[in-house]
Amino acid sequence: MAMTTYVDAIKEGMWEEMEKDDRVFILGEDVGIYGGAFKVTKGMLDRFGPMRVIDTPISESAIVGAAIGAALVGMRPVAEMQFIDFISCAFDQIVNFAAKCRYRWGAGVPIVVRGPCGGGVHGGPFHSQNPEAYFFNVPGLKIVCPSTAYDAKGLIKAAIRDPDPVLYFEHKYLYRRIKEELPAEDFVVPIGKAALRREGGDLSIITYGAMVYKALEAADELAKDGVDVEVLDLRTLLPMDEEAVIATAKKTSKVIVLHEATKTGGPGGEVVARIAEKAFEYLDGPIVRIAPPDTPVPYSPPLEEAFLPQTGDIVAAARKLAAY
Amino acid sequence: MSVDVIMPQMGESIAEGTIVKWLKNVGDKVERDEPLFEISTDKVDAEIPSPAAGTLLEVLVTPGTTVEINTIVGRIGAAGETPRAGKPADTPAPSAAPKPAPAPAPAPQPAPVPSTATATAPHAGERTVVRSSPVVQKIAAEHGVDISLIDGTGEGGRVTKKDILSYIDSASRPSVASAPAPAPAVAPTLSAPAAATAAPRAAGNAPRPQVFPAGQDEVREPMSIMRKKIAEHMVMSKHTSPHVYTIFEVDMNEVVKRREAMKREYAGEGVKLTFLPFFIEAAVRGIKEYPIINSSVDGDTIIYKKTVNVGIAVALENGLIVPVIKHADQMNLLGLARTAADLGERARTKRLVPDDVQGGTFTITNVGVFGGTFGLPIINQPQAAIMGLGTITKRPVVIDDAIAIRPIVYLSLSYDHRIIDGADAARFLTVVKRELEKPAA
Repeated sequence: MAMTTYVDAIKEGMWEEMEKDDRVFILGEDVGIYGGAFKVTKGMLDRFGPMRVIDTPISESAIVGAAIGAALVGMRPVAEMQFIDFISCAFDQIVNFAAKCRYRWGAGVPIVVRGPCGGGVHGGPFHSQNPEAYFFNVPGLKIVCPSTAYDAKGLIKAAIRDPDPVLYFEHKYLYRRIKEELPAEDFVVPIGKAALRREGGDLSIITYGAMVYKALEAADELAKDGVDVEVLDLRTLLPMDEEAVIATAKKTSKVIVLHEATKTGGPGGEVVARIAEKAFEYLDGPIVRIAPPDTPVPYSPPLEEAFLPQTGDIVAAARKLAAY
Repeated sequence: MSVDVIMPQMGESIAEGTIVKWLKNVGDKVERDEPLFEISTDKVDAEIPSPAAGTLLEVLVTPGTTVEINTIVGRIGAAGETPRAGKPADTPAPSAAPKPAPAPAPAPQPAPVPSTATATAPHAGERTVVRSSPVVQKIAAEHGVDISLIDGTGEGGRVTKKDILSYIDSASRPSVASAPAPAPAVAPTLSAPAAATAAPRAAGNAPRPQVFPAGQDEVREPMSIMRKKIAEHMVMSKHTSPHVYTIFEVDMNEVVKRREAMKREYAGEGVKLTFLPFFIEAAVRGIKEYPIINSSVDGDTIIYKKTVNVGIAVALENGLIVPVIKHADQMNLLGLARTAADLGERARTKRLVPDDVQGGTFTITNVGVFGGTFGLPIINQPQAAIMGLGTITKRPVVIDDAIAIRPIVYLSLSYDHRIIDGADAARFLTVVKRELEKPAA
């Protein structure tokens, strides 16, 4: 059976939705002739033509604005940010238009804004960021962060079918490193549902995106010391699967929240707060955050390595918490 | 050499049992098979005989604690062997009060005499501040555990969730030699005065009047396991079945005659003939004619049962139990009498096994034993009906327009109106009445 990479899973998901639904189209920088900077849309121009795979000028604000307009007249656009770092250029369109249309006028804006996020590939401060936290505070948005090929495909399909704006953060480090066999039949991964990647009884690591793999490596390492780690992959940040978060916190009583977005104001703080509010009486230790320091992502490879949470960092923090 | 005393398995489906009380104290001599402790399981209560002769060296599980089967609950040593000194194994369980409440202040300790200073209780006076976490305090409160008794393995001696869970768990396993022996009893440690009233009551069925310590308007006492089971089952039954009641008057004249005639013969068989077997026989007859009485409900389905297994409610000191006469429809009067007597005796002496109380399809309860004219019992689920026997009393009755004095009993039937209507119940009771009133041969 053929293995599907994470990057191809995204493409397959969009492809299938475009085959099924004429309203779905793609727009973005170099998505057509070039096939996308990371080849996520490779071959799609040939199959669907220039009316449905649209190369745009270099203006994220225009891309998202056009997508919103199209959505308001009944289309289902998927807007690609060449690097998700540049989504900030479209901030106003997303936050003040896409996120508020349903509330203000009763008009849903079924757009998907997707793009590669994350570090580990020496992309430097403008091509490695994890800006999910900027949008985390915006009611009206959904934010998904797949970590597996299955979820990448299932979540892009769910995002396209969703009647409201969905931000889709795909981790570029995982594009070609992660692959798996995917079911032939149509499937979606529901937005708002976390996935337990590993069951354990001593301590929980709540994470998402590429950090899921670091957490699993750390869990293997910790198992050698007899520390039994549970790993919860949030998959969706907004709306957060609070039930799963509280359940794992109650189960193990010790929680590490791990992400690649920088620490202060990162999504982890919200996870911590919910546990503190709803599972306080189940806690057997402080809730620990592991996240990069509050600096831009360094370009220098050794500095980037120091910046990103590494397996050893997680193991050390987990040992300390387990012993607490 | 010591012999381990274990929590026995009282039936296939039973995984744990609660020690109700120890019948011997540490240091007491005990014979092999002499009753050693009492247990309560979710099916039966029983006295457990000693596995060996000797001296009770150690009690590892305190009364009120529930442990898994095969857990070592105590040790018997060779006769003359003495319990190790200093082990507080036979002291009462630590107080269940979750907070170190300003309860009765510990009596001022006499100034320790230097030579005996080692005998001071480990945590009598000083109470160190114990570091723990929200979850540990929650568990401690739920289980009535004093956190200061637990050795913390966390950072800086913190008591962790694991520590408290294994501490509670150790109550259900033999304690390691150095571990603090008194198990953290989950339940019944009360304030001292109340505990006195909860102490074993005198044998016999009549509960003693409640003693109220001076200045106390109420005394709180946790329910026994049996009481809790009864409470749950009764509420469930009333919630499940719409109960309807029909009462018949039956002339016991013929039964009295038959019983008088057969008593001696039965005594020769070693069986004391009571009225009960006659009622069982008559009820079985009624069931044969109206099998709906011997049925149960499963969703929208009625299950009719071919076999008639008659439960007989037996009152105990602090509750009741319903052993079952299996295949009552296959027995003659002698068989019914013998089985009923055996089950009743074993129920009162706590020697029933779980199988004895399972599989009933119909129940008879004798409210007349305690003087009731008649009673309206609650159905023993999942059965469909229960028959109550009133007291047999001589009453004036009209027979052929003359007044006669006859032994009369009131039979009540409580039945599940989902499947049994008043007419069915009356038809059934008519058969029972006919059987009881048919002329003695």
